[in-house]
Amino acid sequence: MPRPIAEQDEERLVAALLAGDEEAFAALVDHHSAALLRVAMAYVPSRAVAEEVVQETWIAVMRGIDGFEGRSSLKTWIFRILTNMALRGGSRERRSVPFAALAAAEDTDEPSVDPDRFLPADHELFPGHWVLAPARWPTPEEGLLSGETRAVIVAAIDELPKAQRTVIALRDIEGWSSEEVCAALEISAGNQRILLHRARARVRAAVEAYFGAVEEIDYDAVTAHLMGDTAKRHTT
Amino acid sequence: MNDDLAQFRDDLACTEVVELITEYLEGALDDAERRRVEVHLDSCPGCSKYLEQMKTVAGSLGGLRDEAMARELRGSLIASFRELRKR
Repeated sequence: MPRPIAEQDEERLVAALLAGDEEAFAALVDHHSAALLRVAMAYVPSRAVAEEVVQETWIAVMRGIDGFEGRSSLKTWIFRILTNMALRGGSRERRSVPFAALAAAEDTDEPSVDPDRFLPADHELFPGHWVLAPARWPTPEEGLLSGETRAVIVAAIDELPKAQRTVIALRDIEGWSSEEVCAALEISAGNQRILLHRARARVRAAVEAYFGAVEEIDYDAVTAHLMGDTAKRHTT
Repeated sequence: MNDDLAQFRDDLACTEVVELITEYLEGALDDAERRRVEVHLDSCPGCSKYLEQMKTVAGSLGGLRDEAMARELRGSLIASFRELRKR
């Protein structure tokens, strides 16, 4: 895990790049390329094309670093170059789609949890409450990414629609803030949250399905319990 | 109707709470909404578990960070960087 490039280090980093410091450049490439690739893949049709876009972005960064004025963070500047590279097409046909259009296409009213797991909305006592509630996950101490659940999670992320996959990758894998994601992808905070929510909900559902971790709520018992309390109160 | 039952009926439905969890975690709810979600979570083990699992998912994915691709790119880019800076 590399040391995060803190903002106060940025001026020093830019100076090093201008001075032709290869190590500084290599560190920057290592630090951002995975995220650049993820974002590029949201815009272009294949991984191969996305890799080309990332290459071209780094070359543009090298060439343009003299013109970097620090009005945005270096990271935002680099990702803006990537977005321009991905969208402008280049010599090969890229069929790139603006991120906002992707996000809009994925904006369906899909529920986070299967509606069959709740009582109906017109239930007399407990409308819309859990019938099959989430139960504890038998996760080992090393966490969710150990053993087979790692593969379950990777597969769930791979299957996400592009915009959701990009947002969860930047937020939860790369550790970006919501502001950074909104700036790089040019989407609203509300849109970013919807995409993040859908993505996390699907990954959670995949893990839950793998563990089979659901618990049936016995509403007769709950009602009896609540009624019992009433009866007790009335007799005392 | 006793107090517990009355509270159940005024409460947000679980179907609503599960859709608000990310906004709740992101601090995007106004005070009144946040309070309603918290009141619900206090009395609903199912939604509390859901919240906990969404946090677990969000908090685990950092371990998937992969720099293999970056290492592949590195070599050819460093060569270009060297060329460019010589000029």
